[in-house]
Amino acid sequence: MWSYIESIAIPVAALLLSLVIFSVFILFSGANAIDVLEAIFRGAFGSWFSWQNTLVRAAPLMLTAICTALPARIGLIVIGGEGAMVAGGLAAAMIGIALNGLPPLLVISSMVLTGSLIGGLWIAAVGAFKHYRNVNETISSLLLNYIAIAVLNFLVLGILRDPASLNKPSSYPIGDANMIGNIGDTSIHGGLIFGVVTCLILWFVMRRTTFGFAVDMIGGNRRAAQLSGLAVGKLVIVTCFIAGAAAGLAGMIEIAAVQGRANTSLNAGYGYAGILVAFLARHNPLAIIPVALLLGGIRASSGLLQRNFDLPDATTLVLQGIIFIVILASEAFYGKLNWFKPKVVTA
Amino acid sequence: MNETEMGYMGVVIAVLGGAIRVGTPFLFVSLGECLTEKSGRINLGLEGNLIMGAMSGYGVAYLSGSAWLGVLVAGIAGMLLGLIHGLLCQQPRVNDIAVGIAMMLFGTGLAFYLGKAFIQPVAPRLPALALGSWSDSSVLRAALDINVLFIVGLILAPAMAWFFRNAKWGLIVRTVGESRDAALAMGLNVNRVRLYATMAGGFLAGVGGSFLSLYYPGSWNEGLSSGQGLMAVALVIFARWNPIYCLYASLVFGGAAALGPALQSVGITGGYYLFNAAPYVLTLAVMILTSSSKQRFAGMPGELSNR
Repeated sequence: MWSYIESIAIPVAALLLSLVIFSVFILFSGANAIDVLEAIFRGAFGSWFSWQNTLVRAAPLMLTAICTALPARIGLIVIGGEGAMVAGGLAAAMIGIALNGLPPLLVISSMVLTGSLIGGLWIAAVGAFKHYRNVNETISSLLLNYIAIAVLNFLVLGILRDPASLNKPSSYPIGDANMIGNIGDTSIHGGLIFGVVTCLILWFVMRRTTFGFAVDMIGGNRRAAQLSGLAVGKLVIVTCFIAGAAAGLAGMIEIAAVQGRANTSLNAGYGYAGILVAFLARHNPLAIIPVALLLGGIRASSGLLQRNFDLPDATTLVLQGIIFIVILASEAFYGKLNWFKPKVVTA
Repeated sequence: MNETEMGYMGVVIAVLGGAIRVGTPFLFVSLGECLTEKSGRINLGLEGNLIMGAMSGYGVAYLSGSAWLGVLVAGIAGMLLGLIHGLLCQQPRVNDIAVGIAMMLFGTGLAFYLGKAFIQPVAPRLPALALGSWSDSSVLRAALDINVLFIVGLILAPAMAWFFRNAKWGLIVRTVGESRDAALAMGLNVNRVRLYATMAGGFLAGVGGSFLSLYYPGSWNEGLSSGQGLMAVALVIFARWNPIYCLYASLVFGGAAALGPALQSVGITGGYYLFNAAPYVLTLAVMILTSSSKQRFAGMPGELSNR
């Protein structure tokens, strides 16, 4: 039981400490820290309007966080969510453009499948490089981010470019009929459902299935897992595929629920923020949901800070960076806080 | 001769010149990463140091009017980020790769935050040696404008190789990186050595960043870096933890990155954005071809492989 208390108390304490450090930082730049924190809260969760804003941003974060969390369970640090999201989104957009005119349900499901497939293959390659050639997965996934972005620019500014898109070069649209609509009469798009359901399913898979157990076993001790007969290579590649498929799905949602066409908004940093979400959630798919809400809220409040305090839009980036560093430093305290532990009577 | 008459020869010259120009930041970050990794720690956060260096160097150069003061401050900014990285990593159970990612996000965010005011102003640039002034070809002259920081790097690479081989401190760094246990048995303070190596590496990465804002491209904006700091880790593997090879590797990657703009200058624009991926594809290909699941790299510090 005490480990549960610990795994909630330490991140909460770390978050509070991050807010304190952030406040000091804000004080130095001449604004009132309390007002700024209050505005972040208001911009994130203060009204129904800001809640909708937050939820829309949380949806892709849940999926890109999976892209880091799942490989982390098997012992790989993958930071390729950004690239998988771009690759998946781009592939989904191309299918959407190609099939535009067919029944929307068919188009949307093809887009979901293609986006996840390409995103999945993108990160599965990282797993395969790691397993067969022992290529460092962090580096290769990062290189693939840049490659995906270069391909996106090449296609969107080249053959896919819609001549009508002047200010912001974009591909041809996928068509209004093929867009994922909003939930009810809110401005929250259906992508949120994809995000939450994916996290829930993966939480169940990681907790209750042999596959999840095998993944955690390899992550815990690769050599022991190998000796006990697990097909480590296959499991690594499959895990990476699922992780990439989630990020690819995030790209598809960005296309089909927000942009309606492929453009450089695909690499808006959701992949990198997803890394932070995964680490904050300690790579637990269920914990990713609330953490993504928190981070989505921080990102949603960025505009309010700019308008009310004339703070740069990078303010929330600084806050995210501080949270990330403090959370990692807090790892050192696990198992050290004796007052959480029940007294063990030793003979 | 003008550019069009030079044709493909012009492309070759432009790529060679670009190798030096684009390769200089690669050289500094890879030397910094090499030093840190030799002590047995990986700093994946050098991208943050690079961008902070670019911003602070530009800001200070603009405010003080001295580009060299900017370079110094850029180095110090990088060193401070290295200090945070080093202090965090010596805590128990704190993963240096994860800290690196966090430092990258933090450094980038901080640089964008503090650098907002410096996007418009024009800071003094670092000087260059016009070695091509004898030629009347503009392509050749542009390629032979050798920036002074590259020359510093050119001296630094063999100096660092000598330091690792002969200097007492160099041997200490290598011992700590090769075997923590052996270093402890010798009475060395492993954490202290790694902290200093991370700070020194951070300093070099900061200087590399100042090159971006003070020489080429020569201004401060938020899209300034295209992952040079992240590539450092791959470059060091490519260079087999040898400072001299870091120099060669930086030139190769600088050349690869200069390929797109060079081809564009002779009118080949078709795959311009695809050529932007060239350094990354090259790195990935090299890593796939040269890595092996059977054995560790020659020259790899022992402390990096046994985890």
